Amino acid sequence: MASAAELAKTRARRDVRNRWLLSAPALLIILLAATGPLLIVLVYSFLAPGAYGDVKWQFSTDAWVSVLLERDIFDDTLSIADAHLSIFWRSVKLALGTTLLTLLFGFPTAYFIATRPERMREVWLFLITIPFWTNLLIRTFAVLEIIRNEGVVNKVLLATGVVEQPVQMLFTDFAIMVGMVYVYLPLMVLPLYASMEKLDFRLIEAGYDLYATRFKVLRRIIFPLVKPGVIAGSILVFIPSLGAYVTPSILGGGKNLMLGNLIELQFGQGRNWPLGAALSITLMAVVMVALLAYVRNAGDSEVRHG
Amino acid sequence: MARPFSIRHQTGFTAIAVICFAALYAPIAILVIYAFNAGTSIADWEGFSLRWFVAAWNNSQVIEVSIRSLQIAAAAAVMATIVATMAALATTRTAPYPGLTLKYAFINQPLMVPEIVTAVALLIFFSRIKVATGYSGLGYLIAAHTAFCIPFAYLPIRARLESMDLTLERAAADLYATPWQTFRRITLPLLWPGILAGLMLTFVISLDDVVITNFVKSGGQDTLPTYMLGQLRRAITPEMNAISTVFLLISVGIVTLFFFISRKRN
Repeated sequence: MASAAELAKTRARRDVRNRWLLSAPALLIILLAATGPLLIVLVYSFLAPGAYGDVKWQFSTDAWVSVLLERDIFDDTLSIADAHLSIFWRSVKLALGTTLLTLLFGFPTAYFIATRPERMREVWLFLITIPFWTNLLIRTFAVLEIIRNEGVVNKVLLATGVVEQPVQMLFTDFAIMVGMVYVYLPLMVLPLYASMEKLDFRLIEAGYDLYATRFKVLRRIIFPLVKPGVIAGSILVFIPSLGAYVTPSILGGGKNLMLGNLIELQFGQGRNWPLGAALSITLMAVVMVALLAYVRNAGDSEVRHG
Repeated sequence: MARPFSIRHQTGFTAIAVICFAALYAPIAILVIYAFNAGTSIADWEGFSLRWFVAAWNNSQVIEVSIRSLQIAAAAAVMATIVATMAALATTRTAPYPGLTLKYAFINQPLMVPEIVTAVALLIFFSRIKVATGYSGLGYLIAAHTAFCIPFAYLPIRARLESMDLTLERAAADLYATPWQTFRRITLPLLWPGILAGLMLTFVISLDDVVITNFVKSGGQDTLPTYMLGQLRRAITPEMNAISTVFLLISVGIVTLFFFISRKRN
Protein backbone atom coordinates (compact mmCIF):
# COMPACT_ATOMS: atom_id res chain seq x y z
CA MET A 1 0.00 0.00 0.00
CA ALA A 2 1.17 3.49 -0.76
CA SER A 3 2.36 5.42 2.24
CA ALA A 4 1.04 8.87 3.06
CA ALA A 5 4.32 10.42 1.98
CA GLU A 6 4.14 8.77 -1.42
CA LEU A 7 0.53 9.86 -1.80
CA ALA A 8 1.47 13.44 -1.06
CA LYS A 9 4.28 13.22 -3.59
CA THR A 10 1.97 11.94 -6.33
CA ARG A 11 -0.51 14.67 -5.53
CA ALA A 12 2.20 17.34 -5.70
CA ARG A 13 3.39 15.94 -9.01
CA ARG A 14 -0.14 16.00 -10.40
CA ASP A 15 -0.53 19.59 -9.18
CA VAL A 16 2.59 20.68 -11.03
CA ARG A 17 1.39 18.91 -14.18
CA ASN A 18 -1.99 20.64 -13.98
CA ARG A 19 -0.29 23.97 -13.52
CA TRP A 20 1.76 23.40 -16.68
CA LEU A 21 -1.38 22.48 -18.62
CA LEU A 22 -3.15 25.57 -17.33
CA SER A 23 -0.38 27.91 -18.40
CA ALA A 24 0.29 26.13 -21.69
CA PRO A 25 -1.95 28.31 -23.94
CA ALA A 26 -0.36 31.58 -22.78
CA LEU A 27 3.14 30.16 -23.13
CA LEU A 28 2.33 28.72 -26.55
CA ILE A 29 0.98 32.01 -27.92
CA ILE A 30 4.01 33.92 -26.66
CA LEU A 31 6.34 31.26 -28.03
CA LEU A 32 4.70 31.43 -31.47
CA ALA A 33 4.07 35.17 -31.75
CA ALA A 34 6.88 36.72 -29.71
CA THR A 35 9.83 34.65 -28.46
CA GLY A 36 10.11 32.08 -31.24
CA PRO A 37 10.31 34.60 -34.07
CA LEU A 38 13.16 36.35 -32.22
CA LEU A 39 15.26 33.22 -32.71
CA ILE A 40 14.48 33.31 -36.43
CA VAL A 41 15.79 36.89 -36.51
CA LEU A 42 19.08 35.60 -35.14
CA VAL A 43 19.23 32.97 -37.91
CA TYR A 44 18.36 35.53 -40.59
CA SER A 45 21.19 37.81 -39.48
CA PHE A 46 23.63 35.13 -40.72
CA LEU A 47 22.12 34.76 -44.21
CA ALA A 48 22.61 36.62 -47.47
CA PRO A 49 20.03 39.17 -48.69
CA GLY A 50 17.70 38.21 -51.52
CA ALA A 51 17.37 40.52 -54.51
CA TYR A 52 13.77 41.55 -53.76
CA GLY A 53 13.82 41.45 -49.99
CA ASP A 54 13.73 38.28 -47.91
CA VAL A 55 16.91 36.13 -47.81
CA LYS A 56 18.95 33.60 -49.75
CA TRP A 57 19.66 30.45 -47.75
CA GLN A 58 23.41 30.66 -47.65
CA PHE A 59 25.60 31.39 -44.65
CA SER A 60 27.09 34.86 -44.58
CA THR A 61 28.51 37.19 -41.95
CA ASP A 62 28.19 40.21 -44.25
CA ALA A 63 25.23 41.57 -42.34
CA TRP A 64 27.16 41.62 -39.08
CA VAL A 65 30.19 43.16 -40.74
CA SER A 66 28.09 45.94 -42.24
CA VAL A 67 26.53 46.83 -38.89
CA LEU A 68 29.65 48.85 -38.22
CA LEU A 69 31.74 48.70 -41.41
CA GLU A 70 31.10 49.29 -45.08
CA ARG A 71 32.76 47.63 -48.04
CA ASP A 72 34.01 49.86 -50.79
CA ILE A 73 32.32 48.80 -54.06
CA PHE A 74 35.48 49.37 -56.09
CA ASP A 75 38.43 48.01 -54.14
CA ASP A 76 36.62 45.86 -51.53
CA THR A 77 38.33 47.53 -48.59
CA LEU A 78 36.46 47.92 -45.33
CA SER A 79 35.99 51.22 -43.57
CA ILE A 80 33.86 52.43 -40.68
CA ALA A 81 30.25 52.97 -41.76
CA ASP A 82 29.82 56.63 -40.84
CA ALA A 83 26.12 56.64 -41.64
CA HIS A 84 25.40 53.81 -39.20
CA LEU A 85 27.69 55.19 -36.53
CA SER A 86 25.99 58.56 -36.63
CA ILE A 87 22.60 56.88 -36.26
CA PHE A 88 23.83 54.78 -33.31
CA TRP A 89 25.26 57.88 -31.73
CA ARG A 90 22.05 59.85 -32.27
CA SER A 91 19.98 57.02 -30.76
CA VAL A 92 22.14 56.75 -27.66
CA LYS A 93 22.43 60.53 -27.31
CA LEU A 94 18.69 61.12 -27.65
CA ALA A 95 17.78 58.19 -25.38
CA LEU A 96 20.17 59.40 -22.67
CA GLY A 97 19.00 63.00 -23.09
CA THR A 98 15.38 61.90 -22.83
CA THR A 99 16.12 59.89 -19.68
CA LEU A 100 17.91 62.83 -18.07
CA LEU A 101 15.22 65.37 -18.95
CA THR A 102 12.35 63.14 -17.82
CA LEU A 103 14.24 62.65 -14.54
CA LEU A 104 14.75 66.39 -14.19
CA PHE A 105 11.04 67.10 -14.68
CA GLY A 106 9.68 63.84 -13.27
CA PHE A 107 11.48 63.95 -9.93
CA PRO A 108 9.85 67.17 -8.67
CA THR A 109 6.51 66.07 -10.11
CA ALA A 110 6.60 62.71 -8.32
CA TYR A 111 7.69 64.48 -5.12
CA PHE A 112 4.84 66.93 -5.49
CA ILE A 113 2.32 64.07 -5.79
CA ALA A 114 3.85 62.14 -2.90
CA THR A 115 3.56 65.13 -0.56
CA ARG A 116 -0.15 65.78 -1.27
CA PRO A 117 -2.82 64.68 1.24
CA GLU A 118 -3.61 61.00 0.82
CA ARG A 119 -6.99 61.36 -0.95
CA MET A 120 -5.58 63.84 -3.48
CA ARG A 121 -2.60 61.66 -4.40
CA GLU A 122 -4.81 59.21 -6.25
CA VAL A 123 -6.28 62.00 -8.36
CA TRP A 124 -2.88 63.49 -9.29
CA LEU A 125 -1.58 60.03 -10.08
CA PHE A 126 -4.60 59.42 -12.27
CA LEU A 127 -3.81 62.64 -14.15
CA ILE A 128 -0.31 61.26 -14.86
CA THR A 129 -1.61 57.86 -16.00
CA ILE A 130 -4.23 59.19 -18.43
CA PRO A 131 -1.70 60.38 -21.03
CA PHE A 132 0.21 57.15 -20.49
CA TRP A 133 -2.78 55.10 -21.61
CA THR A 134 -3.73 57.33 -24.52
CA ASN A 135 -2.42 56.60 -27.95
CA LEU A 136 1.29 57.29 -28.47
CA LEU A 137 0.67 58.25 -32.08
CA ILE A 138 -1.93 60.84 -31.12
CA ARG A 139 0.32 62.32 -28.45
CA THR A 140 3.17 62.57 -30.95
CA PHE A 141 0.76 64.16 -33.43
CA ALA A 142 -0.20 66.69 -30.73
CA VAL A 143 3.47 67.63 -30.29
CA LEU A 144 3.86 67.91 -34.06
CA GLU A 145 1.00 70.39 -34.21
CA ILE A 146 2.39 72.76 -31.63
CA ILE A 147 6.04 72.84 -32.74
CA ARG A 148 5.37 73.22 -36.46
CA ASN A 149 6.47 76.47 -38.11
CA GLU A 150 2.81 77.56 -38.03
CA GLY A 151 2.26 75.99 -34.59
CA VAL A 152 1.33 77.65 -31.33
CA VAL A 153 4.89 77.90 -30.01
CA ASN A 154 6.14 79.77 -33.07
CA LYS A 155 3.03 81.98 -33.11
CA VAL A 156 3.68 83.06 -29.54
CA LEU A 157 7.37 83.65 -30.26
CA LEU A 158 6.52 85.75 -33.33
CA ALA A 159 3.75 87.69 -31.61
CA THR A 160 5.93 88.61 -28.66
CA GLY A 161 8.73 89.65 -31.00
CA VAL A 162 11.26 87.19 -29.58
CA VAL A 163 12.02 86.02 -33.12
CA GLU A 164 11.47 87.53 -36.55
CA GLN A 165 11.23 84.26 -38.46
CA PRO A 166 9.56 81.07 -37.26
CA VAL A 167 12.09 78.79 -35.60
CA GLN A 168 12.49 75.50 -37.46
CA MET A 169 11.93 72.96 -34.69
CA LEU A 170 10.17 70.18 -36.56
CA PHE A 171 12.36 67.57 -38.30
CA THR A 172 15.32 68.16 -35.97
CA ASP A 173 16.91 66.11 -33.18
CA PHE A 174 15.43 68.66 -30.80
CA ALA A 175 11.92 67.81 -31.99
CA ILE A 176 12.52 64.08 -31.47
CA MET A 177 13.78 64.68 -27.95
CA VAL A 178 10.85 66.96 -27.04
CA GLY A 179 8.47 64.34 -28.38
CA MET A 180 10.10 61.49 -26.47
CA VAL A 181 10.26 63.46 -23.21
CA TYR A 182 6.59 64.25 -23.68
CA VAL A 183 5.45 60.68 -24.35
CA TYR A 184 7.70 58.91 -21.82
CA LEU A 185 7.42 61.31 -18.86
CA PRO A 186 4.69 59.20 -17.15
CA LEU A 187 7.02 56.16 -17.29
CA MET A 188 9.50 58.12 -15.14
CA VAL A 189 6.98 59.60 -12.72
CA LEU A 190 5.19 56.35 -11.83
CA PRO A 191 8.15 54.34 -10.40
CA LEU A 192 9.57 57.50 -8.79
CA TYR A 193 6.27 58.08 -7.04
CA ALA A 194 6.13 54.44 -5.95
CA SER A 195 9.37 54.81 -4.01
CA MET A 196 8.62 58.35 -2.76
CA GLU A 197 5.29 57.26 -1.35
CA LYS A 198 7.19 55.17 1.19
CA LEU A 199 9.50 58.05 2.13
CA ASP A 200 9.91 58.34 5.91
CA PHE A 201 9.61 62.07 6.64
CA ARG A 202 10.96 61.59 10.16
CA LEU A 203 14.38 61.15 8.56
CA ILE A 204 13.98 64.47 6.77
CA GLU A 205 12.91 66.16 9.98
CA ALA A 206 15.99 64.74 11.65
CA GLY A 207 18.08 66.23 8.84
CA TYR A 208 16.64 69.70 9.42
CA ASP A 209 17.13 69.32 13.17
CA LEU A 210 20.79 68.77 12.42
CA TYR A 211 20.93 72.08 10.49
CA ALA A 212 20.89 70.63 6.98
CA THR A 213 19.82 73.01 4.21
CA ARG A 214 16.94 72.09 1.88
CA PHE A 215 19.38 71.15 -0.84
CA LYS A 216 21.43 69.02 1.50
CA VAL A 217 18.29 67.19 2.65
CA LEU A 218 17.39 66.56 -0.97
CA ARG A 219 20.84 65.33 -1.92
CA ARG A 220 21.82 63.38 1.18
CA ILE A 221 18.49 62.01 2.44
CA ILE A 222 15.72 62.04 -0.18
CA PHE A 223 17.76 61.11 -3.22
CA PRO A 224 19.54 58.09 -1.70
CA LEU A 225 16.23 56.78 -0.33
CA VAL A 226 14.39 56.95 -3.65
CA LYS A 227 17.33 55.74 -5.74
CA PRO A 228 15.62 52.44 -6.65
CA GLY A 229 12.78 54.47 -8.15
CA VAL A 230 15.24 56.66 -10.05
CA ILE A 231 16.92 53.60 -11.53
CA ALA A 232 13.63 51.87 -12.38
CA GLY A 233 12.28 55.03 -14.04
CA SER A 234 15.49 55.58 -15.99
CA ILE A 235 15.41 52.01 -17.34
CA LEU A 236 11.73 52.28 -18.24
CA VAL A 237 12.39 55.49 -20.21
CA PHE A 238 15.75 54.56 -21.71
CA ILE A 239 14.66 51.26 -23.28
CA PRO A 240 11.69 52.50 -25.35
CA SER A 241 13.59 55.70 -26.23
CA LEU A 242 16.50 53.73 -27.64
CA GLY A 243 14.18 51.61 -29.78
CA ALA A 244 11.78 54.44 -30.60
CA TYR A 245 10.25 54.27 -34.05
CA VAL A 246 7.02 56.26 -34.17
CA THR A 247 8.29 59.47 -32.58
CA PRO A 248 11.43 59.88 -34.74
CA SER A 249 9.61 58.92 -37.92
CA ILE A 250 6.96 61.61 -37.35
CA LEU A 251 9.04 64.37 -35.72
CA GLY A 252 12.39 63.58 -37.35
CA GLY A 253 10.92 63.76 -40.83
CA GLY A 254 12.83 60.90 -42.44
CA LYS A 255 16.20 62.64 -42.25
CA ASN A 256 17.05 62.33 -38.58
CA LEU A 257 16.95 58.55 -38.29
CA MET A 258 17.19 56.58 -35.11
CA LEU A 259 18.00 52.89 -34.76
CA GLY A 260 14.34 51.88 -35.11
CA ASN A 261 14.02 53.73 -38.42
CA LEU A 262 17.29 52.28 -39.70
CA ILE A 263 15.97 48.79 -38.95
CA GLU A 264 12.67 49.53 -40.71
CA LEU A 265 14.55 50.88 -43.72
CA GLN A 266 16.30 47.51 -44.24
CA PHE A 267 12.92 45.82 -44.58
CA GLY A 268 11.55 48.51 -46.89
CA GLN A 269 13.61 50.39 -49.45
CA GLY A 270 16.92 48.92 -48.24
CA ARG A 271 15.86 45.35 -49.07
CA ASN A 272 18.54 44.01 -46.78
CA TRP A 273 16.73 41.76 -44.33
CA PRO A 274 19.90 40.18 -42.85
CA LEU A 275 21.29 43.62 -41.99
CA GLY A 276 17.93 44.58 -40.46
CA ALA A 277 18.03 41.36 -38.44
CA ALA A 278 21.58 42.00 -37.25
CA LEU A 279 20.68 45.57 -36.23
CA SER A 280 17.62 44.26 -34.34
CA ILE A 281 19.77 41.78 -32.41
CA THR A 282 22.23 44.58 -31.62
CA LEU A 283 19.44 46.76 -30.26
CA MET A 284 18.07 43.87 -28.22
CA ALA A 285 21.51 43.10 -26.80
CA VAL A 286 21.93 46.70 -25.58
CA VAL A 287 18.48 46.55 -23.96
CA MET A 288 19.31 43.24 -22.27
CA VAL A 289 22.54 44.68 -20.85
CA ALA A 290 20.58 47.63 -19.44
CA LEU A 291 17.98 45.28 -17.93
CA LEU A 292 20.62 43.02 -16.39
CA ALA A 293 22.37 46.02 -14.86
CA TYR A 294 19.02 47.05 -13.41
CA VAL A 295 18.24 43.61 -11.98
CA ARG A 296 21.68 43.42 -10.34
CA ASN A 297 21.33 46.93 -8.97
CA ALA A 298 17.81 46.29 -7.65
CA GLY A 299 19.04 43.13 -5.94
CA ASP A 300 21.91 45.03 -4.32
CA SER A 301 19.77 47.82 -2.91
CA GLU A 302 17.27 45.31 -1.52
CA VAL A 303 20.06 43.60 0.36
CA ARG A 304 21.26 46.92 1.75
CA HIS A 305 17.82 48.02 2.93
CA GLY A 306 16.72 44.59 4.03
CA MET B 1 4.50 87.19 7.44
CA ALA B 2 6.75 84.25 6.64
CA ARG B 3 5.16 80.91 5.91
CA PRO B 4 5.64 78.29 8.59
CA PHE B 5 8.58 76.02 7.87
CA SER B 6 7.47 72.82 6.15
CA ILE B 7 9.77 69.82 6.09
CA ARG B 8 8.01 68.54 2.98
CA HIS B 9 8.69 71.64 0.93
CA GLN B 10 11.44 71.72 -1.70
CA THR B 11 12.17 74.96 -3.50
CA GLY B 12 10.76 75.08 -7.02
CA PHE B 13 9.37 71.55 -7.01
CA THR B 14 5.73 72.62 -7.02
CA ALA B 15 6.39 75.02 -9.89
CA ILE B 16 8.03 72.29 -11.98
CA ALA B 17 5.19 69.87 -11.19
CA VAL B 18 2.61 72.43 -12.31
CA ILE B 19 4.57 73.01 -15.53
CA CYS B 20 4.69 69.24 -16.12
CA PHE B 21 0.96 68.78 -15.70
CA ALA B 22 0.28 71.77 -17.94
CA ALA B 23 2.75 70.51 -20.55
CA LEU B 24 1.20 67.05 -20.50
CA TYR B 25 -2.28 68.33 -21.22
CA ALA B 26 -1.72 71.48 -23.31
CA PRO B 27 -0.80 69.75 -26.59
CA ILE B 28 -3.76 67.38 -26.26
CA ALA B 29 -6.06 70.28 -25.44
CA ILE B 30 -4.91 72.22 -28.51
CA LEU B 31 -5.36 69.13 -30.67
CA VAL B 32 -8.93 68.73 -29.43
CA ILE B 33 -9.74 72.43 -29.84
CA TYR B 34 -8.66 72.48 -33.50
CA ALA B 35 -10.86 69.47 -34.19
CA PHE B 36 -13.72 71.97 -33.92
CA ASN B 37 -12.15 74.48 -36.32
CA ALA B 38 -14.40 75.70 -39.13
CA GLY B 39 -11.43 76.31 -41.44
CA THR B 40 -9.19 73.79 -43.17
CA SER B 41 -6.09 74.73 -41.17
CA ILE B 42 -4.81 73.25 -37.93
CA ALA B 43 -3.10 76.54 -37.09
CA ASP B 44 -5.60 79.34 -37.75
CA TRP B 45 -8.86 79.40 -35.83
CA GLU B 46 -11.83 80.28 -38.03
CA GLY B 47 -14.76 79.59 -35.77
CA PHE B 48 -16.55 76.65 -34.23
CA SER B 49 -17.85 73.85 -36.40
CA LEU B 50 -18.48 70.12 -36.30
CA ARG B 51 -17.76 69.72 -40.01
CA TRP B 52 -14.60 67.64 -39.49
CA PHE B 53 -16.39 65.15 -37.30
CA VAL B 54 -19.01 64.84 -40.04
CA ALA B 55 -16.26 64.49 -42.64
CA ALA B 56 -14.58 61.71 -40.64
CA TRP B 57 -17.92 59.96 -40.16
CA ASN B 58 -18.60 60.09 -43.90
CA ASN B 59 -15.11 58.91 -44.78
CA SER B 60 -15.71 55.24 -45.54
CA GLN B 61 -12.02 54.41 -45.14
CA VAL B 62 -11.94 55.81 -41.60
CA ILE B 63 -14.99 53.77 -40.65
CA GLU B 64 -13.50 50.65 -42.23
CA VAL B 65 -10.16 50.90 -40.39
CA SER B 66 -11.91 51.78 -37.13
CA ILE B 67 -14.09 48.69 -37.30
CA ARG B 68 -11.02 46.58 -38.06
CA SER B 69 -9.19 48.08 -35.06
CA LEU B 70 -12.12 47.32 -32.77
CA GLN B 71 -12.41 43.76 -34.06
CA ILE B 72 -8.73 43.04 -33.50
CA ALA B 73 -8.72 44.70 -30.08
CA ALA B 74 -11.82 42.79 -28.95
CA ALA B 75 -10.48 39.43 -30.14
CA ALA B 76 -6.99 40.00 -28.72
CA ALA B 77 -8.29 41.34 -25.39
CA VAL B 78 -10.63 38.39 -24.84
CA MET B 79 -8.06 35.77 -25.82
CA ALA B 80 -5.20 37.38 -23.91
CA THR B 81 -7.32 37.76 -20.78
CA ILE B 82 -8.54 34.15 -20.85
CA VAL B 83 -5.09 32.61 -21.28
CA ALA B 84 -3.55 35.11 -18.84
CA THR B 85 -6.16 34.18 -16.21
CA MET B 86 -5.29 30.52 -16.64
CA ALA B 87 -1.58 31.29 -16.46
CA ALA B 88 -2.09 33.45 -13.36
CA LEU B 89 -3.99 30.63 -11.63
CA ALA B 90 -1.12 28.30 -12.51
CA THR B 91 1.64 30.55 -11.20
CA THR B 92 0.27 31.94 -7.93
CA ARG B 93 -0.54 30.58 -4.50
CA THR B 94 1.90 27.72 -4.75
CA ALA B 95 5.28 26.73 -3.45
CA PRO B 96 7.99 27.33 -6.04
CA TYR B 97 8.10 24.44 -8.49
CA PRO B 98 10.51 23.66 -11.34
CA GLY B 99 9.91 25.98 -14.27
CA LEU B 100 8.03 28.68 -12.32
CA THR B 101 10.68 31.36 -12.83
CA LEU B 102 10.95 30.36 -16.47
CA LYS B 103 7.19 30.91 -16.82
CA TYR B 104 7.42 34.38 -15.29
CA ALA B 105 10.22 35.31 -17.68
CA PHE B 106 8.31 33.91 -20.63
CA ILE B 107 5.02 35.63 -19.87
CA ASN B 108 6.65 39.00 -19.32
CA GLN B 109 9.03 38.66 -22.26
CA PRO B 110 6.97 40.86 -24.64
CA LEU B 111 7.48 43.74 -22.18
CA MET B 112 11.26 43.47 -22.29
CA VAL B 113 12.01 43.47 -26.00
CA PRO B 114 11.80 46.75 -27.96
CA GLU B 115 8.63 46.80 -30.04
CA ILE B 116 10.48 47.34 -33.30
CA VAL B 117 12.47 44.12 -32.76
CA THR B 118 9.31 42.08 -32.13
CA ALA B 119 7.75 43.73 -35.17
CA VAL B 120 10.66 42.71 -37.40
CA ALA B 121 10.67 39.18 -35.98
CA LEU B 122 6.96 38.77 -36.69
CA LEU B 123 7.31 40.21 -40.18
CA ILE B 124 9.92 37.57 -41.01
CA PHE B 125 8.08 34.70 -39.37
CA PHE B 126 4.59 35.49 -40.64
CA SER B 127 5.73 36.22 -44.18
CA ARG B 128 7.11 32.65 -44.31
CA ILE B 129 3.81 31.26 -43.04
CA LYS B 130 1.83 33.41 -45.45
CA VAL B 131 3.78 31.97 -48.36
CA ALA B 132 3.54 28.42 -47.04
CA THR B 133 -0.18 28.39 -46.24
CA GLY B 134 -1.59 31.03 -48.56
CA TYR B 135 -3.64 32.43 -45.67
CA SER B 136 -3.28 36.19 -45.19
CA GLY B 137 -6.28 37.11 -43.04
CA LEU B 138 -6.58 39.01 -39.79
CA GLY B 139 -5.39 35.96 -37.82
CA TYR B 140 -1.77 37.13 -37.84
CA LEU B 141 -2.62 40.53 -36.40
CA ILE B 142 -4.85 38.98 -33.74
CA ALA B 143 -2.13 36.47 -32.76
CA ALA B 144 0.51 39.19 -32.55
CA HIS B 145 -1.75 41.48 -30.51
CA THR B 146 -2.74 38.64 -28.18
CA ALA B 147 0.91 37.84 -27.49
CA PHE B 148 1.94 41.36 -26.48
CA CYS B 149 -1.31 41.85 -24.53
CA ILE B 150 -0.83 38.77 -22.32
CA PRO B 151 1.52 40.42 -19.78
CA PHE B 152 -0.84 43.39 -19.42
CA ALA B 153 -3.68 41.05 -18.49
CA TYR B 154 -1.50 38.73 -16.43
CA LEU B 155 -0.12 41.38 -14.07
CA PRO B 156 -3.40 42.79 -12.61
CA ILE B 157 -4.98 39.31 -12.44
CA ARG B 158 -1.98 37.91 -10.61
CA ALA B 159 -1.99 40.86 -8.20
CA ARG B 160 -5.67 40.22 -7.48
CA LEU B 161 -5.09 36.49 -6.94
CA GLU B 162 -2.23 37.07 -4.56
CA SER B 163 -4.27 39.37 -2.34
CA MET B 164 -7.22 36.95 -2.26
CA ASP B 165 -8.31 35.04 0.81
CA LEU B 166 -7.65 31.30 0.56
CA THR B 167 -9.99 30.35 3.42
CA LEU B 168 -13.18 30.72 1.37
CA GLU B 169 -11.95 28.20 -1.18
CA ARG B 170 -10.95 25.82 1.60
CA ALA B 171 -14.38 26.20 3.16
CA ALA B 172 -15.98 25.33 -0.18
CA ALA B 173 -13.80 22.24 -0.48
CA ASP B 174 -14.74 21.25 3.08
CA LEU B 175 -18.39 21.44 2.04
CA TYR B 176 -17.76 18.88 -0.72
CA ALA B 177 -17.65 21.31 -3.64
CA THR B 178 -15.81 19.87 -6.62
CA PRO B 179 -12.75 21.82 -7.78
CA TRP B 180 -14.77 23.15 -10.71
CA GLN B 181 -17.65 24.26 -8.46
CA THR B 182 -15.19 25.97 -6.15
CA PHE B 183 -13.65 27.79 -9.09
CA ARG B 184 -16.99 28.72 -10.64
CA ARG B 185 -18.73 29.85 -7.43
CA ILE B 186 -15.89 31.22 -5.29
CA THR B 187 -12.65 31.94 -7.16
CA LEU B 188 -14.09 33.43 -10.33
CA PRO B 189 -16.45 35.96 -8.66
CA LEU B 190 -13.63 37.09 -6.36
CA LEU B 191 -11.23 37.34 -9.28
CA TRP B 192 -13.67 39.22 -11.51
CA PRO B 193 -12.39 42.79 -10.87
CA GLY B 194 -8.88 41.67 -11.84
CA ILE B 195 -10.17 40.01 -15.00
CA LEU B 196 -12.17 43.10 -15.91
CA ALA B 197 -9.10 45.29 -15.38
CA GLY B 198 -7.11 42.93 -17.61
CA LEU B 199 -9.75 43.07 -20.33
CA MET B 200 -9.89 46.85 -20.37
CA LEU B 201 -6.13 47.37 -20.30
CA THR B 202 -5.48 44.87 -23.07
CA PHE B 203 -8.25 46.39 -25.18
CA VAL B 204 -6.65 49.84 -24.91
CA ILE B 205 -3.14 48.47 -25.48
CA SER B 206 -4.21 46.62 -28.61
CA LEU B 207 -6.17 49.60 -29.91
CA ASP B 208 -3.08 51.82 -29.53
CA ASP B 209 -0.52 49.63 -31.24
CA VAL B 210 1.20 51.10 -34.30
CA VAL B 211 4.61 49.52 -34.72
CA ILE B 212 3.85 45.80 -34.62
CA THR B 213 0.64 46.24 -36.64
CA ASN B 214 2.46 48.26 -39.26
CA PHE B 215 4.92 45.41 -39.88
CA VAL B 216 2.53 42.47 -39.59
CA LYS B 217 -0.44 43.73 -41.62
CA SER B 218 -0.99 42.52 -45.16
CA GLY B 219 -2.22 44.84 -47.91
CA GLY B 220 -5.59 46.43 -47.10
CA GLN B 221 -5.40 45.59 -43.42
CA ASP B 222 -4.78 49.07 -42.05
CA THR B 223 -5.97 49.70 -38.52
CA LEU B 224 -6.90 53.17 -37.30
CA PRO B 225 -3.40 53.95 -35.93
CA THR B 226 -1.55 52.74 -39.05
CA TYR B 227 -4.02 54.63 -41.24
CA MET B 228 -3.35 57.78 -39.21
CA LEU B 229 0.42 57.23 -39.46
CA GLY B 230 0.04 57.13 -43.24
CA GLN B 231 -2.11 60.28 -43.28
CA LEU B 232 0.41 62.19 -41.15
CA ARG B 233 2.84 62.05 -44.06
CA ARG B 234 0.36 63.98 -46.23
CA ALA B 235 -1.22 67.40 -45.77
CA ILE B 236 -2.96 67.41 -42.42
CA THR B 237 -6.51 68.76 -42.06
CA PRO B 238 -8.54 69.06 -38.83
CA GLU B 239 -10.17 65.77 -39.82
CA MET B 240 -7.13 64.09 -38.21
CA ASN B 241 -7.83 66.09 -35.06
CA ALA B 242 -11.45 64.99 -35.10
CA ILE B 243 -10.50 61.31 -35.46
CA SER B 244 -7.89 61.69 -32.71
CA THR B 245 -10.45 63.33 -30.42
CA VAL B 246 -12.90 60.46 -30.76
CA PHE B 247 -10.07 57.95 -30.30
CA LEU B 248 -8.86 59.80 -27.17
CA LEU B 249 -12.39 59.82 -25.74
CA ILE B 250 -12.63 56.04 -26.09
CA SER B 251 -9.25 55.40 -24.42
CA VAL B 252 -9.80 57.93 -21.63
CA GLY B 253 -13.30 56.57 -21.05
CA ILE B 254 -12.03 53.03 -20.61
CA VAL B 255 -9.14 54.09 -18.37
CA THR B 256 -11.47 56.20 -16.21
CA LEU B 257 -13.79 53.25 -15.83
CA PHE B 258 -10.80 51.13 -14.83
CA PHE B 259 -9.78 53.79 -12.27
CA PHE B 260 -13.19 53.76 -10.60
CA ILE B 261 -13.44 49.98 -10.56
CA SER B 262 -10.03 49.62 -8.91
CA ARG B 263 -10.90 52.44 -6.49
CA LYS B 264 -14.08 50.72 -5.38
CA ARG B 265 -12.08 47.58 -4.80
CA ASN B 266 -9.89 49.35 -2.27
